[in-house]
Amino acid sequence: MPLENHTSLSSHRYEFDVICEIIEEKSRVLDLGCDEGDLLNLLKEKRNIKGSGVEVAEEKVYHCISKGLSVHHGDIDQGLADFPDKSFDYVILSETLQEVRNPVLVFKEILRVGRKCIVSFPNFGHWTSRWQLLLGRTPITSKLPYYWYEGPNIKFLTIYDFIYFCNVMNYTLVHQFYLRNGKRISLLPNLMADTALFVIK
Amino acid sequence: MSDIDPNNSVGIVTEQYITIFAPPNELLLDSGRRLGPITLAYETYGELNQNKDNAILLLHALSGDHHAAGYYSSDDRKPGWWDNYIGPGKAFDTNKYCIICSNCIAGCRGSTGPASINPETQKPYGLTFPFITIRDMVRAQKGLIDHLGIKKLLSVAGGSMGGMQALEWAKTYPDHISSAIPIATTANHSAQNIALNEVARQSIVADPNWKNGDYYESEPPARGLAVARMVGHISYLSDKAMHEKFGRRLQDRDDVSFDLMTDFQVESYLQYQGDSFSKRFDANSLLYLSKALDYYNLAEGHASLKDALRHVKARFLVLSFSSDWLYPPYQSREFVSALKQNAVPVSYCEIKSDYGHDSFLIDNPHQMRLIQDFLGHIFEEVKSNAA
Repeated sequence: MPLENHTSLSSHRYEFDVICEIIEEKSRVLDLGCDEGDLLNLLKEKRNIKGSGVEVAEEKVYHCISKGLSVHHGDIDQGLADFPDKSFDYVILSETLQEVRNPVLVFKEILRVGRKCIVSFPNFGHWTSRWQLLLGRTPITSKLPYYWYEGPNIKFLTIYDFIYFCNVMNYTLVHQFYLRNGKRISLLPNLMADTALFVIK
Repeated sequence: MSDIDPNNSVGIVTEQYITIFAPPNELLLDSGRRLGPITLAYETYGELNQNKDNAILLLHALSGDHHAAGYYSSDDRKPGWWDNYIGPGKAFDTNKYCIICSNCIAGCRGSTGPASINPETQKPYGLTFPFITIRDMVRAQKGLIDHLGIKKLLSVAGGSMGGMQALEWAKTYPDHISSAIPIATTANHSAQNIALNEVARQSIVADPNWKNGDYYESEPPARGLAVARMVGHISYLSDKAMHEKFGRRLQDRDDVSFDLMTDFQVESYLQYQGDSFSKRFDANSLLYLSKALDYYNLAEGHASLKDALRHVKARFLVLSFSSDWLYPPYQSREFVSALKQNAVPVSYCEIKSDYGHDSFLIDNPHQMRLIQDFLGHIFEEVKSNAA
């Protein structure tokens, strides 16, 4: 059982605002793991984007369609393969990376179909995680709210891990945002930020 | 029937007929032959608005017809085939939209088909009726839509063979529809699809009453048609649905017969389905329609499916069902993929259901909601574009 509903709109509010600021008017946007379509809907209203989503949960697909969004019911790999090269200005992977089975392939595909990728993920290097590990327990945090035997998350990474990954893969970091409790921070992000958001290309 | 609820039903409906493509303006068919005049039987539910931009064309499946909703009289106990979905406040909301459904050509419920009288010979066409394609059906429907003065349909929607027609509409008349809803369908008939149809056809032509299709003045090939329907009916269900409905239960007996009597409930059910179908359907129509299905290949004459769909402008809602093994979800994903490659806005949902191919005909709250929400947004867009 998750400790809190981490998919609610309000807990993503600040992150969504950041994404809204990054994305230019009338951009073509693909949201991978678009949930109930709240972010796409926001971008449609605020930025007049041409958007579509991919979502694996059937119930959530209903919500997207009720919002008038174009959504593909399927997993991320399936949802990406069909698109021609550079058919999107932005591909968003918002708090989904920790559920992705093969990140190398997924990022290759994302940057094939999109010019830029906006990726956010819970930072496993946050001090509360480190503290719990020091005490000998697998960390459970507000951003990673599951016991080890439940939940969808299969990949746990820190901010440093991701920056290292981008270096290895030759991806350029265009922007980076570090968030704690929905507010932007800059001091010691790998220790203090619960969430990281990068724009890469 | 006095208990028709006007708040939940389109009520009593009447069939209408038009005759178009009269010589010398016959419809040029894909086979190269010409057909005309063509009579189409159709029904409408809900009012066409002043802008004529609220019309939705429904496309029926192999055994369906133009009677999609409502009742023919107050004693009528069986409503149209998609009555659950059509009416005030329903998915196809007759308070907002004008719903049109016509019997396809080669059908046997009032539109021109092999049982119709050939005006040249004054005899039923039988096997002299030209073989038709899904696109020919759609061209005939376009004639009806033109006749009704509708320039652009809000949507075209249908399941199975109806879904193929929806795809064909989007491809052939891209400027004449705003959206399309193909359900439980495919962009080309697979080997398995063709194989099942061939069993059905062989069953009909093996019936001595079939007489090369020339049976309209004698006993029809009811037995062959019933067996054909039994094969078809199995393909519309699923292993799980049949297991739950019948299991291994015996029919009116306590033990198996050890002869050729009907032992199991599922046998009795299939026989009933076959017999009742052969009372209402024309065997030649089934032959012609099954051939049209087998010939169906949207990519035919194009480099690829993507190429075939490159002019599509409609927005799409594509639905498939998890337990449909006649047109499994992968067949829907195939053309969804081709649409996406053409940057067509398409939503796709695989609805979890245990009822096999027939899921689209059954009361399914998810399908209902998806269609209702999708159409609602399309209609808003069309209205705001017109304003």
